[in-house]
Amino acid sequence: MTVATNHNGGTESGYNFAYLDEQTKRMIRRCLLKAVAIPGYQVPFGSREMPLAYGWGTGGIQVTASIIGPDDVLKVIDQGADDTTNAVSIRHFFQRTADVATTEETEDATIIQTRHRVPETAMKEGQILVYQVPQPEPLRQLEPRETECRKIHGYAEYGLMHVKLYEDIARFGHIATSYSYPVLVNGRYVMSPTPIPKFDNPKMDSFPALQLFGAGREKRIYAVPPYTTVKSLDFDDHPFSVQKWDQACALCGAEDSFLDEVILDDRGRKMFVCSDSNYCEQRQAAGYSNPAAAADIAAYQLALQGEADA
Amino acid sequence: MYVAVKGGEKAIANAHKLLDEQRRGDPNIDEVEVDQIREQLSLAVARVMAEGSLYDPDLAALAVKQSQGDLVEAIFLVRAYRTTLARFATSQPIDTARIDIKRRISAAYKDLPGGQLLGPTFDYTHRLLDMALAEGRPAHEVEADAAGVDGEMPRVTDILNYEGLIETDEEDPERDPSRDLTRQPLAFPAARDERLQNLARGDEGFLLALGYSTQRGFGGNHPFAGEIRRGTVTVSIVPEELGFAIEIGEIEVTECQMINQFQGSAEMAPVFTRGYGLTFGHNERKAMAMALVDRALRWRELGELPQYPAQDEEFVLYHSDNVEASGFVQHLKLPHYVDFQSELQLIRQLRAEHAGRFGHNDDAQNDNIQAEAAE
Amino acid sequence: MTALQNVGAGFADPVFSAQSVFRLVLDAMAQSGRIAAVPDAASAPAGLDVASTAVALTLFDYETPLWLDPALRGVEAETYLRFHCGCPLVEDTQTAAFGLVTAPRYMPRLGEFSIGSDQYPDTSATLVIQTGGLADEGPIRLTGPGIKDSASVAIDGLPDWFWPDWDVNHGCFPTGIDLIFTSGNRVMCLPRSIKVEV
Repeated sequence: MTVATNHNGGTESGYNFAYLDEQTKRMIRRCLLKAVAIPGYQVPFGSREMPLAYGWGTGGIQVTASIIGPDDVLKVIDQGADDTTNAVSIRHFFQRTADVATTEETEDATIIQTRHRVPETAMKEGQILVYQVPQPEPLRQLEPRETECRKIHGYAEYGLMHVKLYEDIARFGHIATSYSYPVLVNGRYVMSPTPIPKFDNPKMDSFPALQLFGAGREKRIYAVPPYTTVKSLDFDDHPFSVQKWDQACALCGAEDSFLDEVILDDRGRKMFVCSDSNYCEQRQAAGYSNPAAAADIAAYQLALQGEADA
Repeated sequence: MYVAVKGGEKAIANAHKLLDEQRRGDPNIDEVEVDQIREQLSLAVARVMAEGSLYDPDLAALAVKQSQGDLVEAIFLVRAYRTTLARFATSQPIDTARIDIKRRISAAYKDLPGGQLLGPTFDYTHRLLDMALAEGRPAHEVEADAAGVDGEMPRVTDILNYEGLIETDEEDPERDPSRDLTRQPLAFPAARDERLQNLARGDEGFLLALGYSTQRGFGGNHPFAGEIRRGTVTVSIVPEELGFAIEIGEIEVTECQMINQFQGSAEMAPVFTRGYGLTFGHNERKAMAMALVDRALRWRELGELPQYPAQDEEFVLYHSDNVEASGFVQHLKLPHYVDFQSELQLIRQLRAEHAGRFGHNDDAQNDNIQAEAAE
Repeated sequence: MTALQNVGAGFADPVFSAQSVFRLVLDAMAQSGRIAAVPDAASAPAGLDVASTAVALTLFDYETPLWLDPALRGVEAETYLRFHCGCPLVEDTQTAAFGLVTAPRYMPRLGEFSIGSDQYPDTSATLVIQTGGLADEGPIRLTGPGIKDSASVAIDGLPDWFWPDWDVNHGCFPTGIDLIFTSGNRVMCLPRSIKVEV
């Protein structure tokens, strides 16, 4: 036997269902249970080389591969969108190796693997959100040494992090961190929410779905069970706040979503659209639009036309 | 709308086709075959086996072909294949004293039991491009007695050991000998077996630079190349049901034993100390660099002070793996629209505040800024 | 000891059975107090319920030293676990990654199992405790991560010292052991993060 097993159930010949061998899945599954039991704590795990590059979602993929079954419906997003190249690549990986149903609808998915966003549509009990994690250690920029970070977490001596945030306040008058904004989980562990914009942090608090985090290159798994407190670090006199836009989405008119800016010309003209493509499409299908942005959309389409002609 | 990011599926499929076309190059030129790579680019194959942690010259040659000669990519291909293989047994330690020798040199002794055997090496070639090779000349014939020697080949470190001049490598009975970094992640401080496994899989260029740094003042020990040997050794396993060792094959290895002076400490008399390097295949540069870095990382057990980059085990062991490093450096190509958007907002806000404080009237005010509202 | 040829079958479909059982256990661990029913997918040996057997087949292997209830040693269940899971059996509770308990009244005190360390609390033991019965609604009130407001359950057949021991275990957080209760085909989990009031 070199690669195949007799009862593999996989669709890519020669590989087990969902790529990982059963021994690896058992090891990851045991780590997931410990991660759930210790919310926010980073469990070391024997991360495997995956056929996708480290830094490109290997941790999330290993977590998803260890939990996914034939009855699951998988959604994969990157930057909030289902159609960015790496999301397409990862979705395709699971179609190939697990023959699993996929969807772009947040409500229909049983498992959502994400990079850098929490979906705008509220998730519910029974769903699982799997985050791809480039750097699981929230203290890494302050303390490069793993041995030191372990001690800080072990004794919950997070003074270093508060000093850093306070230095921001002293210098800028507010905390100058816009993404990967650290959170305190269940009142005990400081955790990296992954590079989601801080806009998404409040969604993680008392989230009804299970949140799992996989860092392949750094070989760590962590978790936040449903209905667990996730508090963005702040100070009484400088409470945590999130980004706001004074525009609405040019396509669906949403005023409550995270907006990406789309550059329309080289003179600073731009419009804003939802980063969550499924949320935006659902709103458009329901008849929402933004008439005020009609000129911007026309300019955008003109620019695209120009590119196509050229 | 979203045309700019839509169509990911099609774009990926096209990229795969273009890559394959690039791999083939000019179709009027003969396609290189895997066995040609295995036989004629054997040092590339050896590196891919060593850092890919899989002894299979045919698969390594295929990986070199598929990766278009990008060896880090080829190593990645082999690693991703290796990770899916079932484990059946842990081999017995190989015995490099019982080696079918191809090359053996010592920089410490002029003559020694078993003799010096130069073997195939670039060392004394003049690096002149061989224009005749471009035409495809036949290889030089080798006289029969120049190819190798039989007989005893005691290790130089064993010779020094008769006099008690070099530390002995003791097995730690407490250690699980089959601990494997590819199954259990590193924890610090790392044991020497874990460090050596990490270095054996580590990037040759990274180890070369670190080893070099220990010679250039960022390290305190003068090393001697006690011995470098290359050849073929047998690999054995002990199957549970048999209870005795059986040979399952042969592998070619390069081994380097560096000898370093050691001044002694309160607990230990002055004695030569070891740095060890071992790789699959013909990988002399890697084995030597590995031995230098191994010795540098041993500061704790020898009571030395950690003062140099090559002694810093977290720095060395966490950054040696080129599959990890390549992936993470190159992941910067992935979209970061969301984080960048967050940073755009933040920098506009900071600039506006800066202008407010210092009275500049620049374009900051023209941007879309809205002070953050408290939640 | 049972001869190998008499050992009952493991999962008929090792890949998909293990996956479905794991998801139930994961959900149960993430939402303590909820009781899941596992499918009857293997031939459980004498002394082991369907759920205990399914959890063992899903999580135990040669990398997980197992402390086995003395009631199961030397009988079919031990052979079954050795054969299907390949897990080494250990006498020392401190070195066990898992404990499998079928006679909870006579089980070791909770503090005898490894609780992990401050820096590696994940290295603690997980106990699978086969109980006389598990029910929604009951005198045991649970609060903590995974539970919206609170949950209540009933667990039969635990020794008197059990809940005071649990208070100590919970008080050690983030170190501590985690529990998987089973009964028949039912599973309920109690991670160390959960506070229990009886």
